[in-house]
Amino acid sequence: MANIKLEGLRHSYVDNPKNDEDWALKQIDLEWEDGGAYALLGPSGCGKTTLLNIISGLLQPSHGSIKFDDSEVNQISTDKRDIAQIFQFPVVYDTMSVYDNLAFPLRNLGWDEAKVSERVTEIAQLVELTSMLTSRASGLTAGDKQKISLGRGLVRTKVNAILFDEPLTVIDPHLKWQLRSKLKKLHQLLNRTMIYVTHDQIEALTFADKVVVMNFGEVLQIGTPVELFEKPKHTFVGHFIGSPGMNILPCKLDGDNANLGKHIIETASQITQNHKGRNLEIGIRPEFIKFSDDGLPVSIVKVSNVGHAQIVETSFEDHKIKLIVDEDVVLPSNNAHLSFNKEKTYLYADGWLV
Amino acid sequence: MNKTTNQKAWIFLAPVLILVAFNAFIPLMTVINYSVQETFGNNYFFWEGLTWFENILHSERFHNSLIRQLTFTFTILLIEIPLGVAIALAMPTKKGIWLSICLVTMSLPLLIPWNVVGSMWNIFSLPEIGLLGKLLNSLGFDYNYTRQIGDAWFTLILMDVWHWTSLVVLLSYAGLVAIPDAYYQAAKIDGASAWSVFRYIQLPKMKRVLTIAILLRFMDSFNIYTEPFVLTGGGPGNSTTLLSIDLVKLALGQFDLGPAAAMSLIYFLIILLASWIFYTLMMRNEEE
Repeated sequence: MANIKLEGLRHSYVDNPKNDEDWALKQIDLEWEDGGAYALLGPSGCGKTTLLNIISGLLQPSHGSIKFDDSEVNQISTDKRDIAQIFQFPVVYDTMSVYDNLAFPLRNLGWDEAKVSERVTEIAQLVELTSMLTSRASGLTAGDKQKISLGRGLVRTKVNAILFDEPLTVIDPHLKWQLRSKLKKLHQLLNRTMIYVTHDQIEALTFADKVVVMNFGEVLQIGTPVELFEKPKHTFVGHFIGSPGMNILPCKLDGDNANLGKHIIETASQITQNHKGRNLEIGIRPEFIKFSDDGLPVSIVKVSNVGHAQIVETSFEDHKIKLIVDEDVVLPSNNAHLSFNKEKTYLYADGWLV
Repeated sequence: MNKTTNQKAWIFLAPVLILVAFNAFIPLMTVINYSVQETFGNNYFFWEGLTWFENILHSERFHNSLIRQLTFTFTILLIEIPLGVAIALAMPTKKGIWLSICLVTMSLPLLIPWNVVGSMWNIFSLPEIGLLGKLLNSLGFDYNYTRQIGDAWFTLILMDVWHWTSLVVLLSYAGLVAIPDAYYQAAKIDGASAWSVFRYIQLPKMKRVLTIAILLRFMDSFNIYTEPFVLTGGGPGNSTTLLSIDLVKLALGQFDLGPAAAMSLIYFLIILLASWIFYTLMMRNEEE
C-alpha cells in the first residue's frame, strides 16, 4: 500500500534522443493515490506500457524519479517493489500446476509450505481458481490463465499496486465483461491501487474512478469519466472519448468573439487577445447540439440510426458537424440550422482548452 | 452432385512416387531380398530364410559394435546437449555485431564436408606434428590416438562435439529467442532466481526444439561413418569400429551380402524403434 508519485519522468528508447519523436515519454508528473482505481487510456504507441514498466521497475527511466510514499524507488529492483503486473498475453509457468503457479512468488520469498498452502488456498478462492488448483496450468483457457497471473500478483501479502497491461486483449468477448466486473469487485474488496492500461474507452470508463488520458508520450488530462466527457482539456481527449467524438471546428477570432465563418459562436471559454495568432478551434460534443430555427446554417449529409437515437452528419462550409438527436425527432428537410449549448462549447488554442 | 472420375492426379503424383521408389523403396526391397539369400557370385542366389538374422543377433562381433555405438551415442548426447544449451544461453539476445559473429562462428563447423572434418582432426591430433597431439605430448601426456584406445575415443568424441554442438546451439537459440519478453518480466516480478527462470521458463519453452535436437543427434550419431573412418579407420584394433564401419567391412570388405543386409535391417529397426519410443514419450508428456 503506497502513494505512487512520478516526478519529471522522461524516457527514451534511443541512446541520444534528438527531437520530440525520440521520446517515448516526454514529461510525466503524476500522483496515484493509494487505493484508487485508475485507467490509463490512449492509442497504441502513446507510452502507456512504457509508463507501466517504469512503475514496476522493468524499465529504468532516462530522467525523473518514482516515489512510493515519498521514498525514491528508482534503484530498487522489480521484485522488491511489491508490484503485481498482469500482461497482455497471459503468462503462466506451463510445467507447474495452478497451485504451484500461485505458490511460486511465495516460495521465492522462502515461505514455509504450511503458510504457502494457507495463503494460496485463500487467493485461489478470491480469483475463483479453487476447483482447478491441481490441474496443469498449460491446458487452461486464456481467461483462466489471466486469473492465474492475477492470483500470482495478489498472493504476496504486501502489494503496493496492481498494474494491468491490456489484460483482456486475448479474452473472449463474453468473458471480458465478466472478468472486468470481477476486477472491479476485487478492487472494492482489496482496496489496492489498480492501474489499468487500455486503448478501449469503454473498458477505461467502466473500470476506473479516474482516467488518465495519454497521447504522444504526455498526459493530456486526468479526471473522472464525467469530467473527461463534459470538459475535455485537449481536443484529442474530446475526440478520443465519446462516440462519435467531439466536433472540432477551426475558427477565427474577431474581437472577443470566436467566429465560425461569419457566425459568432458563444462559448464557455474566456477569450482574450492573447489567443490571437494561435491555432484556434471550437469544440462541441454531438450531444450538446440541437436543430433550431436560426443559428448555424448547415446541410444534412448523412443520417445513421443507432436504436434509441440518430446520429446526423451535417456540413457547414467545408466542415463536418455531427449531432445526436432522439429517434423521434423529425429532421428539417432544408434550411437546417444548428444551435450549440453555450455552456458546453469550448475554445481550444493549439489543442489545449482555453 | 455427380461424382466425376478423374485420374489426372496420378500424373501429378508420379514424379514424387518415382523419386521415393528409387531413393527409398527399391533399395530397401533389394536389401530385404539379400538378407534372406546367400550368394557366391555370378548372380546365383540360394534361399536362406532367417538364418542371417539369427547369426547376426547371436554374433559377438555385432554385440561389440552395438555396445561401442551406444557408448559413443550416449556420450556425445550427454556432452553436446547440455553444452549446446549452455552456449545458447550465453549468446547475446539483442541483434548486433556480436550476435552475427556468434552465429557465423557456430555455423562454420556445420558447413565443412565430413571427410574434411575427419582429415582435419586426423592431422590436428597427430602426436609428432599435429597442433593438439604435439601440445598434449609436450604437456607431459602420453597421447597417441593411433595406438591407444582411450586416446582414440577421446579424439573421436572431441571431434564429434566440435562438429555437432553448433547444431544444438542454433536450435536452442531459436527456441530461446522465441520466448516473449513478458515471461521474463513476470519472472522478475515474482522474484524468480536465474535458475528458476531456466528451469520453469526457458527449459519448458525449449522442449520442442530440444526434442528435435536430441532426435537428430541420436540418429546422426548412430549413422556416423565418414569422420571416424577417416580419423581412426575403426582402430586401433576394432576399438572404434562403430556399427556403420563394421557394416561396411562386412558388406564391402568381406562381401558377405546376406549377413550385411540382415545387419542393415536390424540396424535400421533399432534407430526407428529408439526414435519412436523417445518421441512418443516426449509428446505424451506434452499432452498431460
